[in-house]
Amino acid sequence: MAYVAIADRDAPIHDPHTFFLKYIWSQDHKVIAIQYAIVAISVGLVALVLSGLMRLQLGFPGTFHFIEPQDYYQFITMHGMIMVIYLLTALFLGGFGNYLIPLMCGARDMVFPYMNMLSFWVYLLAVLVLMASFFVPGGPTGAGWTLYPPQAITQGTPGAGLGIILMLISLGIFIVAFTMGGLNYVTTVLQARCRGMTLMRMPLSVWGIFMATILGLLAFPALLVSAVMMTLDSTLGTSFFMPAVMSLGEKLGHNGGSPLLFQHLFWFFGHPEVYIVALPAFGIVSDLLSTHARKNIFGYRMMVWAIIAIGGLSFVVWAHHMYVSGMNPYFGFFFATTTLIIAIPTAIKVYNWVLTLWKGDIHLTVPMMFAIGFIFTFIHGGLTGLFLGNVTVDLPLSDTYFVVAHFHMVMGVSPILVVFGAIYHWFPKITGRMWNQKLGMVHFWMTFLGTYAIYLPMHYLGILGVPRRYYALGNTDFIPDSVHSINAAITISALIVAAAQLVFLFNMIMSLRKGEKAPPNPWRATTLEWQTPDTPPKHGNWGPKLPVVHRWAYDYSVPGAKEDFIPQNEPVDPKLGAGRDHGTHR
Amino acid sequence: MAHDSQAAALPPLRQVTEDFAADKQAFSVPWGKAMMWIFLLSDTFIFTCFLTSYMNVRLSTLATWPNPSQVFSLNIGGQDIPLILIAIMTFVLITSSGTMALAVNYGYRRNRRYTVLLMVATAALGATFVSMQAFEWTKLIMEGVRPWSNPWGAPQFGSAFFMITGFHGLHVSAGVIYLLTVARRVHTGFYEKRGSYETVEIAGLYWHFVDLVWVFIFAFFYLW
Repeated sequence: MAYVAIADRDAPIHDPHTFFLKYIWSQDHKVIAIQYAIVAISVGLVALVLSGLMRLQLGFPGTFHFIEPQDYYQFITMHGMIMVIYLLTALFLGGFGNYLIPLMCGARDMVFPYMNMLSFWVYLLAVLVLMASFFVPGGPTGAGWTLYPPQAITQGTPGAGLGIILMLISLGIFIVAFTMGGLNYVTTVLQARCRGMTLMRMPLSVWGIFMATILGLLAFPALLVSAVMMTLDSTLGTSFFMPAVMSLGEKLGHNGGSPLLFQHLFWFFGHPEVYIVALPAFGIVSDLLSTHARKNIFGYRMMVWAIIAIGGLSFVVWAHHMYVSGMNPYFGFFFATTTLIIAIPTAIKVYNWVLTLWKGDIHLTVPMMFAIGFIFTFIHGGLTGLFLGNVTVDLPLSDTYFVVAHFHMVMGVSPILVVFGAIYHWFPKITGRMWNQKLGMVHFWMTFLGTYAIYLPMHYLGILGVPRRYYALGNTDFIPDSVHSINAAITISALIVAAAQLVFLFNMIMSLRKGEKAPPNPWRATTLEWQTPDTPPKHGNWGPKLPVVHRWAYDYSVPGAKEDFIPQNEPVDPKLGAGRDHGTHR
Repeated sequence: MAHDSQAAALPPLRQVTEDFAADKQAFSVPWGKAMMWIFLLSDTFIFTCFLTSYMNVRLSTLATWPNPSQVFSLNIGGQDIPLILIAIMTFVLITSSGTMALAVNYGYRRNRRYTVLLMVATAALGATFVSMQAFEWTKLIMEGVRPWSNPWGAPQFGSAFFMITGFHGLHVSAGVIYLLTVARRVHTGFYEKRGSYETVEIAGLYWHFVDLVWVFIFAFFYLW
């Protein structure tokens, strides 16, 4: 296939010279990535504080009088929504996606940098609108992060007035921002790779982010539509989701709407959203494991197909979140089957990660610790997913702490461990400074063991039938006293884990200021971002000439090679042969 | 060559993925065009969700659904003609797709004059469509249709009607602005200098999409 001349825009990029254009109103994908990451992590810290407050209430009910029941619901809602969308989605795709896609694909920037820049500013606007809801009369919405109507917009739910409207508007703005960025990521991966970088030579990080972005582009529309309809229900008094409701002895003006419709729309978005967060983590962790075990990723091709299969399947499983909402029983059968089928490609990935470690030359660096930690937490969360995917097993566990433990293990802790691993891994390239490894290890062990201390007992609470989303359990017969002591222990662990994140922030700031200067390729990795002429890479990434790729991303410990890694842009040595290259070079 | 013989030994499906994956570009189209296709795919999901939700509320509401051929009729010369306005609107919009296609054709022939004329004509037809929609909205509002209620039955009729036609109308209005911006650039010779009129075609893709969506809205809302 001949290259189309118009797309081959290897013209010099005009470098901005003023500070404002370079670091604020910047079109450079690397700066945009850092902007995204800073905003996402800051807003994530807000959500972390909220979870601490929730835990204080749960662990020591009645002690902290400033936490009223409505505050508790607002904390839950904002914690969930911020963590899932404004932190994880934005950080993985806006942060890592922006930074890694052009560098790993050998491009100078995203295909439309101006739109990429707007994406960040619109995202910032979405965050500001969301934060504004803390300061409006009635406070932010307390509807739970799933925002189910009718309760989300009926009086009595905290923030049923302005809070929920600001939440919906903020989500709408976020989707616009995501679409502008997401179109860029997908088009860059499809159309702007450097010579030799075939799709089947791309590092798995790029594959994961790429597939997650496609999921986002197809799943966020359902959220947008439901947000529009709920906004209309709330402001204009339409009845899309609102049936005839008696509230506080009065009949509301709504009539004939379908609350189940919202649940279907929400989870048609919500389930792919799980994989929007998980797939980038899958991809990144594959690269971390391979690099730090000095061994090629096991079953690259299957890893790629598993990412694609998981992405496709994630659109036909959504109603497994609705087993207790009321459905035709045959639907339950269908959705349980598709849900369990997802376990196959996911298990392939887990086996391949473990087999990558097998007989590897494992370097227990900080990023590697987090990557291995991820395998533990992910297997753990994945196995409880099998419980909840089965209708009959799900029914008694539904809306208990078992569910809370499951989704925190699988899409809270696991992706966050990868985020940390990835930050430790790419920090030297992004800033040109090395981390303090000792503090990094402290951070890892406190976070990893701490999350187990938090979430393992929650499984037990769930099996006892302790319901989630309760402000206080009170003296209920089926809840034994031990539950209260477990809750107190969980709270103490949670506070310790939260404190451990201060170690991380401290370490990051200190390394940034005083860290050792980083060599261009400290981990001796093969992928293109480590082969840039400058560290950190300059605007345009590659100097005068674009790189040319000759091999796949995983040539570690090739027998006979000078070093235990061969960068992707190194020409094939005829004596060694092409190795295990999976891409056909044209 | 060595790798050719290796490639020939691959199983057929594997060969398909190799061929698709093997180039710098997955699709041999300009960046902008690829991006527009992906955007339209995403937008398709938005309209699909809107229309599915509309069907869902129409089926789940207990009140009777107003009869579209009575609601959407115009009294012309003392006679009620059902769906006449909507037929004209649809005709106008489909015609605009034709003028757009011609504009793309003249663009690739580097005929700036005709390209600009046809694009402005397309935008004018689009503006006509939006104006007629505004007329229809006004008429329905005068007859007492509101997003939360209407005189003939299920309140969801008004809600879904205003929301979906409104969202589509916004798409048409945005398209009119988009077309005029591109037409201006054709006129000033911006694309002539760059040596490529691909942007005209990309704008055309968007415009045809908006027309296509209208066909579905027309079928599901006015004919059902």
